[in-house]
Amino acid sequence: MALLSVDELSITFTRRGQRDAKAVSGVSFDIDPGQVVGLVGESGCGKSVTSLALMGLLPDKGVRIGGTADYDGTDLLSLSKNRMRDMRGTQLAMIFQDPLSSLNPVVPIGVQVTEILKRHRGMKGEAARKEAADLLDRVGIPDPTRRLKEYPHQLSGGMRQRALIAMAVACAPRMLIADEPTTALDVTIQAQILELLKELVDQEGTGLLMITHDLGVVAGLCDKVNVLYAGRVVESAERRPLFAAPTHPYSHGLLGSIPRLDAPRGEKLNPIRGSINDNIEWADGCAFAPRCDYYTMECLTGTPQLTEPLTAGHQVRCVNPVVEGSTPNDDGDAGRAESAGEDAVGDARDGKSADIEKADTTEASS
Amino acid sequence: MLRLVIRRLLQLIPTLAGLSILLFLWVHRLPGGPAAAMLGERATAESKARIEEQLGLDKPVMEQYWLFLQRIVQGDLGTSSQTGQPVLDELLLRFPATVELALSAMLLAVVVGIPLGYFAARRRGGWLDVAAVSGSLLGICIPVFFLAFLLRALFAVNLGWFPAGGRQETGMNATEVTGFYVLDGLLTGELDAAWGAINHLALPAIALASIPLAIVVRMTRASVLEVLGEDYIRTAESKGLNKSVVRIRHVLRNALLPIVTAIGLLTGGLLSGAVLTESVFSFGGIGSFLKDAIDNRDYPVLTGFIMFIAATFVIINLLVDVAYSLIDPRVRVH
Amino acid sequence: MSLDTKAAKIDRLAELTAKQETSTGASLWVEAYRRLRTSKMALIGAVVIGLFVVLAVVGPWVAPHDPTQMWRGEVFRNRGIFVGPRDGNWFGLDQLGRDEFSRMLVGARQTLMVGVVATLLGLTVGAILGGLSGAALTLGGNTGRKVDTVIMRVIDMMLAMPSLLLAVSIAAVLGQSLTTVMIAVGVVQIPIFARLLRGAMLAQGGADYVLAAKALGVRKRRIVFSQILPNSLSPVIVQATLCLATAIIEAAALSYLGLGNPNPATPEWGVMLAESQAFFDDAPMLAVYPAVGIIITALGFTLLGEAMREALDPKLRS
Repeated sequence: MALLSVDELSITFTRRGQRDAKAVSGVSFDIDPGQVVGLVGESGCGKSVTSLALMGLLPDKGVRIGGTADYDGTDLLSLSKNRMRDMRGTQLAMIFQDPLSSLNPVVPIGVQVTEILKRHRGMKGEAARKEAADLLDRVGIPDPTRRLKEYPHQLSGGMRQRALIAMAVACAPRMLIADEPTTALDVTIQAQILELLKELVDQEGTGLLMITHDLGVVAGLCDKVNVLYAGRVVESAERRPLFAAPTHPYSHGLLGSIPRLDAPRGEKLNPIRGSINDNIEWADGCAFAPRCDYYTMECLTGTPQLTEPLTAGHQVRCVNPVVEGSTPNDDGDAGRAESAGEDAVGDARDGKSADIEKADTTEASS
Repeated sequence: MLRLVIRRLLQLIPTLAGLSILLFLWVHRLPGGPAAAMLGERATAESKARIEEQLGLDKPVMEQYWLFLQRIVQGDLGTSSQTGQPVLDELLLRFPATVELALSAMLLAVVVGIPLGYFAARRRGGWLDVAAVSGSLLGICIPVFFLAFLLRALFAVNLGWFPAGGRQETGMNATEVTGFYVLDGLLTGELDAAWGAINHLALPAIALASIPLAIVVRMTRASVLEVLGEDYIRTAESKGLNKSVVRIRHVLRNALLPIVTAIGLLTGGLLSGAVLTESVFSFGGIGSFLKDAIDNRDYPVLTGFIMFIAATFVIINLLVDVAYSLIDPRVRVH
Repeated sequence: MSLDTKAAKIDRLAELTAKQETSTGASLWVEAYRRLRTSKMALIGAVVIGLFVVLAVVGPWVAPHDPTQMWRGEVFRNRGIFVGPRDGNWFGLDQLGRDEFSRMLVGARQTLMVGVVATLLGLTVGAILGGLSGAALTLGGNTGRKVDTVIMRVIDMMLAMPSLLLAVSIAAVLGQSLTTVMIAVGVVQIPIFARLLRGAMLAQGGADYVLAAKALGVRKRRIVFSQILPNSLSPVIVQATLCLATAIIEAAALSYLGLGNPNPATPEWGVMLAESQAFFDDAPMLAVYPAVGIIITALGFTLLGEAMREALDPKLRS
């Protein structure tokens, strides 16, 4: 039985005088207790908006939310504002990206922790202060009683994020959402924070929705991964199969663009071309097509569906998935610039041109 | 805390020194020279010669400046040519009236302006927002003395709801304790006197409040809008806190920080405005006194007034600085 | 795959991507101008200012009467009762029996002149002081810091005086004239512009593109004058627009305090408003005409200034 079950979530921003903007559509995933589910994608792909929608933190005006998010039998998306206010902090809690800007600069840390205890656990005065100190202690903040009196700017980045985590877990919520919790931190601190989150999940059986663009975080923490592109899930799998054999060209590209220590010296990285702005509408075809190394004419006819090409539980939204033996279709630059050497292109499927390119690279590197 | 005050006071020294040099030069540039500045234009040649000797006008400039400085520090700002009394005494006599008026106007601006700006921001684009923004634009663009005349003509002369001028009905004065009539009335239990003083204050305070009110509304609105977009508000909401806690502790507390600074800057405008409003309502503060002084070319009063106001303004800004450091922990540390 | 299908593929992709609007590449100024054009506030402000400027230019030529001509007999015949609007004197006669309508028309030019000259004075001197201070501080070194400190002390001193009282003290020295009003109002604005430009330059000085230019070895002087200074001007321009409004209002206040232009041949709205106050209870319209003129003009400048501020604010750009 899933703790949180999101089904066909869609979020549309409406603005008077402008075309509606679909931020997210048809996103579905489940989270079990004690499970870490990753939501991965570039900035602008809709992952943060998804988390805000689940928390009920999107503005009332100018946003249309569709689908359901079933949490323990209640649909979070149709709850009244007041009921949702009661849920936040007690059932679901959230950890944000930038710990400095996410803490109120003119209110002592202690007050920011105790206010949640007072609100949801009815604690008062000394008891609340003691519990707050315990919480800070639990997330690894040394000398917690002194820290309670301090202001956010007096803490280091890692401390601040720990304090935010302390606030999030203050009422032992069963569901945690972490929106890029380590992006603003130093690498060494990142690892500590991830370790702390992992501990909390393991000890308490909390479900964790991990939103990130960092595949390293995914590899270290997530049980299941959903790859988001332009507001839709393009690939959904367990961590291992995904890393072993990414099937959607986008996931494939994401993994390919990570620098590896064991790669031969001088080998070029394979970045994904263009940016998330080079989109086409999902209604017209695959949004990723303009950046895709594998796209064909079929990619441009209607929205591709999520299918299960390989193993159960591994879904991919692609008419032309990457399988062993498939090679990039090198006329990818088409549509933006006429690439030099138009005739060298030849047939896209025979792999000849790919060899040529490889030859070029090796030449250049030697 | 104390160190901050001391540092700010030390920073004042060069400003005050420069200001005194400017004033010294200014007094010398006045028509009739410094003697006229001390005695007024209509002084006899004899007394003029005496004062010129006293000022050391035959001595080197540096020495003259030194004498000038000594006189200021001793509080000798000259003698009013209208009343024949020392300027400082005249100013101190009238100062409470102006302070009472300015404080009432500021109170009005803050008490009305902050909630108005807050709700305008909360319902951005709503009718209240549109009304508040256009109203505040209008408030900035109306000449204060014209508004004062308009209010007086409408609510005092035509409708008779408020007295047309003065600080109090004759013979109603409460026993003087502080010089603030409303406060005196309340302190001594003479409530009708307090009520009378409030009635007299109403129109001038509203006229004087127009500009600060407009500025407070606009600043609060802008500030609240900015704070509402901050990450820590999202954090507070994500904790499921009560609306009132989010609004007061997280939104307002941060949004009001820049307004405290603005209040310091507004006092300058209030003192300027007081000169204009008081004379319309013959309010009897230092503002009306200055208007009379200008009309009568009473230079000693003008000089004294400017020094007096400069000193007041500097002190107010010092207080605001200190207040700001008390409420913003980020300033306190550095 | 044949070349034909490949071409078709490219075309199809181009067609689909072309639907997307690209908003990149527009410079700050182009973008700001685009936003300004769509702003209702800016439109109203610009129209009001346009009308006012036209009035100021043609006013003296189209005025039906000589603004100094006194219709004494009329006033006398009415025994001190003011002559209201009537044929030939659409706004009635003023306290000295002069045609109010003509005086309003002729006065527009003086009013605009007071605002513009005063603001130009404040802007020029303020920008020079502020620019010098900002440049000195950015160029750095001990001398730079010293120059900045000295200039800022002077500016702080000017700020230590409430603006109207500073204007009064200047007017007291210079005597009563239109020039006095312009100088007094202009001087009051100097510290505003100086602080603004200095602040903007300091903020720009820490910007990444300045660091980049430094890293590329561009000479500091060149960075200051060809990069920091031009990029710091927008708040100054906005402030100048807003100051035009305050200048006109402050000029009126100075006139009310008896320090305005005494010359009856060159009527000015501020003076007219100030002089009419003595008769406010008998002839309120004599105050209302110039007051409305001042308020609408000030609103025009304020609206345009605020709209410009919004258009230039990078935080508000979506």
